[in-house]
Amino acid sequence: MIYIRHVIDHLHKDLRLEWRSRDSINGMLFFTLLVVVVFGLAFDPASYPTTTRQISGGILWVALLFASITALNQSWARELRNQVLEAQRMAPSPASALFLGKALANMLFVLVVEAILAPIFIVFFNLHVLGNIWLLTLILPLGTWALVVNGTFFAALGLRARNRELLLPLLLLPISLPALLAMVQATTGVLTADLDSIQIDTWIKQLLGYDIIFTTICILLFETVLNAE
Amino acid sequence: MEQRTPTLRSVAWLWFGIAIVVLVVGFREAIFLTPADAAQGDVGRIFYYHVPIAMLSLLFPYLNFAASLAYLFWRSRDPLKALTADAFAVASAEVAVVYSSIVLLSGMLWGRVAWGIWWAWDGRLTSMLLLWLLYVSYLMLRRFSATGQGQTLAAVLSIFAAVDVPIVYMSIRWWRTQHPAPVFGGGPNSGMDKSMLPAFFWNLTGWAIWGIVILLFRFALERKRQLAEQEAALQAIEASLEIPQ
Repeated sequence: MIYIRHVIDHLHKDLRLEWRSRDSINGMLFFTLLVVVVFGLAFDPASYPTTTRQISGGILWVALLFASITALNQSWARELRNQVLEAQRMAPSPASALFLGKALANMLFVLVVEAILAPIFIVFFNLHVLGNIWLLTLILPLGTWALVVNGTFFAALGLRARNRELLLPLLLLPISLPALLAMVQATTGVLTADLDSIQIDTWIKQLLGYDIIFTTICILLFETVLNAE
Repeated sequence: MEQRTPTLRSVAWLWFGIAIVVLVVGFREAIFLTPADAAQGDVGRIFYYHVPIAMLSLLFPYLNFAASLAYLFWRSRDPLKALTADAFAVASAEVAVVYSSIVLLSGMLWGRVAWGIWWAWDGRLTSMLLLWLLYVSYLMLRRFSATGQGQTLAAVLSIFAAVDVPIVYMSIRWWRTQHPAPVFGGGPNSGMDKSMLPAFFWNLTGWAIWGIVILLFRFALERKRQLAEQEAALQAIEASLEIPQ
């Protein structure tokens, strides 16, 4: 119970920090919008509805992946100012509570971006969804968590490295590729209605399994990373 | 380790010599003695290099994982043992990258002839590529991180990679497969003709011995680097303790 309260405290702190500056959300929103526009110019999605349905799942996730990488780097960098991180390390609360709070906060930011972006995406890409669109409300959070939980962890891991902006994608992308495959396949399956529901189901289950496994490892190993000296 | 004795040195040379001899015998078996493949002709002889190295390239990540776990276990209990484990982890990760690169390259050459394309996004190819990417990113992290904490971070990443590999394998197998089924244990018609076995096993043994040679060589090199680093740190501390005149 106390653990949960610590997590909520950390979450609260991160949300308040973000509310005062709104750096990450604004940055991510504009970045994703730009990626959507760039892909729109590159592919001319409005004229080829079938192709658009086939590729827009991939485009959406690639845009979100890049956007969250830009924001995740910032989320730990703000702890470095005034030695806040050293204070966190000395705090009696478990280190993984700090991690979970931050991961949940990042998750909320990316979900807000998704909620704003999804309608824009549908309008710009002239997207007509053929499958069961409500499944996306399951796939999007699961996929986002897969990106955010590992991303928050690796951002902390690369925090003291020489060029951390570059290091995060180099570490995060190879580890996330199976999750990326699952979420793109599931999303495309919903958009095109090409996959039957059992296949989509299996992809969602894989995504869920990936989330559970990596959340566990992150929580177990976070203390080691925080105190890696 | 600190004092490389003459015995150790001669054992290393002997082992190196055995590797060369076995590889030469394997080469003779694979290229000259074994009959050409019924379906593929002489091109099929790349099998004796591609498959043994592929099998071995799956072994080194396990060594890296074990060494990383050992490092994390000894990190605060026995720092000197931990350093040895870390040297072993680097060496095995590098050998894993070398072997999986050879697998990918030889597979591309073979695929160009057998399938007509250099690369297919098929299950086995993609999972080998992801394995390669994971261990390259491991080596990148080691290069980028500051000294003093790089080993711990790398060990943590190694655990992530080791967990990721089976997930990658399963999810991609579910995705698609074009590569032939495993030669051993892949169903009732798997296994190979008796005439192929000597060439295959000579090469498997030869490349295994060769892998151990370069693994231990890299390990010894890394240990030397660590010892030199410790020596330099010690001298710096001693210098700082001297009373200024």
